[in-house]
Amino acid sequence: MSSTHSSSLGRDAWLRLRANKMAMASLFLLAAVALISLLGPLLCSYSYDQQNLDRVFQSPDTTHLFGTDNLGRDLFARTTYGGRISLAVGLLATLVSLVIGVTYGMLSGYCGGRLDAWMMRLVDVLYSLPFIIFVILLMVLFGRNFLLLFLAIGAVEWLTMARITRAQTINLKNAEFIEAARALGYSHLRILFHHLLPNLIGPIIIYATLTVPAVMLLESVLSFLGLGVQAPMSSWGSLIKEGAEKMDAAPWLLFFPGMFFCLTLFALNFLGDGLRDALDPKSSKD
Amino acid sequence: MRKLIISRVLQAVPTLWVIATLTFFMTRYAPGGPFDSERAIPEEIKIKLQSHFGLDRPLFDQYLLYLKNLLQGDLGPSFKYPEWEVSELIATAFPVSLTLGLLSLLIALMVGIPAGMIAALRKNSWVDYLPMSLSMAGICLPTFVLGPLLIYALSTQLGMFPPLGWYGPADWVLPSLTLGLFYAAYIARLTRAGMLETLQQDYVRTARAKGATSWRILTKHAARGGLLPVVTFLGPAFAGLITGSFVIESIFFIPGLGKFFVTAAFNRDYTMVLGTVLFYASLIILLNLLVDLLQAWLDPKARQEK
Repeated sequence: MSSTHSSSLGRDAWLRLRANKMAMASLFLLAAVALISLLGPLLCSYSYDQQNLDRVFQSPDTTHLFGTDNLGRDLFARTTYGGRISLAVGLLATLVSLVIGVTYGMLSGYCGGRLDAWMMRLVDVLYSLPFIIFVILLMVLFGRNFLLLFLAIGAVEWLTMARITRAQTINLKNAEFIEAARALGYSHLRILFHHLLPNLIGPIIIYATLTVPAVMLLESVLSFLGLGVQAPMSSWGSLIKEGAEKMDAAPWLLFFPGMFFCLTLFALNFLGDGLRDALDPKSSKD
Repeated sequence: MRKLIISRVLQAVPTLWVIATLTFFMTRYAPGGPFDSERAIPEEIKIKLQSHFGLDRPLFDQYLLYLKNLLQGDLGPSFKYPEWEVSELIATAFPVSLTLGLLSLLIALMVGIPAGMIAALRKNSWVDYLPMSLSMAGICLPTFVLGPLLIYALSTQLGMFPPLGWYGPADWVLPSLTLGLFYAAYIARLTRAGMLETLQQDYVRTARAKGATSWRILTKHAARGGLLPVVTFLGPAFAGLITGSFVIESIFFIPGLGKFFVTAAFNRDYTMVLGTVLFYASLIILLNLLVDLLQAWLDPKARQEK
């Protein structure tokens, strides 16, 4: 019974999403950006760090689709390679925040009582902290470690996810199917992850879609401040930084990475809105 | 309301202590030290410097000493610029960041709230669609893209404003516009959503039935409830303005506190890093309290609960 119900819910949501033109356009745009980022470095005859000092600041033409930078590196190769990094950071850091936030929120909501009060108190306190300062501090002090980047960003972004998950858990924990599972003598862990979690998927997906752009923004801020990925590697944030410094001589250096980055953020935000309407028709559209 | 203030102050003390402790040990366990500069300092001078600043004592003693000084409001001297107290450095740099932040907030509110109100009043017309599409674009155009674009358009091409620096009011325009427009976009959306909900309330209908003009309804009756989401957003916005100012200060070469902080972290200027972090934390705690008080004043229900 429950499986047919959930699959029809999924199909309903998909149909509603299909009807939303902006969301579908965003989905295609995202697929295109992801595909270009994945395949671009393979198709391009230049590598992202290959310098050619005879061809510096070349404006876009047929040999260099997006032009070249001050070291004669091909901007198409650098933008697509940077896209891989930016998207990877976006997805992985979101995953980190998801794991922390969902576990924390479920535990807090499920256990309830004093533990719940204390755990949410902690979230409130953490909310009021200048977290970005800690992230910057961490990145400056301990070097620009890639793993640290994921963890630091993920650790900042889990708070809202925890709140949302907790609220949903509290709504559901007295539902009949949870009671039934408890009556069957299942362990708390099994109830949490087998029975409760699948029913939280909707809000989790919605919020995760909205977390990805937030995470990518944070990564690019760090890269922009010179604390993210280091040259010769590139991410959209670091490319935008280089482009902004040289925009008088070579505006395309700012234009192409900036365009990719903004379009991706745009599409993710619209997709998130569309998913919210599709998965949770009750919520308001405004 | 008094209860709220007291409980927040009581909560602030342990919070600040945890932050101080975390930051203290984090900076100390990080590789590098304040006197490992590019130009080599002779070993004996380095040792003297370290003993002068008490860095040769056991770490835990240093920690206790720092806390003791902190309780007396003493943030200590900067390690990098020993002739300066940390509090003096913050006092020099913070007004710059504050000016930037306040101007940006002003721009954000003055652009965002009217745009959102008009959009809500004329829902599904072009005065709704135009500002809302612009605001979606604004949200997706990060400050570090918008800033260079504004420099390019208004400074390089049109020569209207200086591109960099922080010498006079003409320099304030581009940075605060960059930071302000980003938040204006958010505020416009929040205002629209809040207003749409409030305009459907019974008391608005009553006011209309009693013959109140739509201007009066907007400013007197609906604004109070409709702007609540905006007020709630102000808390995170303050934190965001601080982050944003890091980026803005780096784009426009502004000598604000954000730039000082990043430089201090690079220099391993322990006291300066700690002082700045604690300063920022206290600032955010204070601003959050103000936002909550404002919220309670606007929303009678929240006042009851608290």
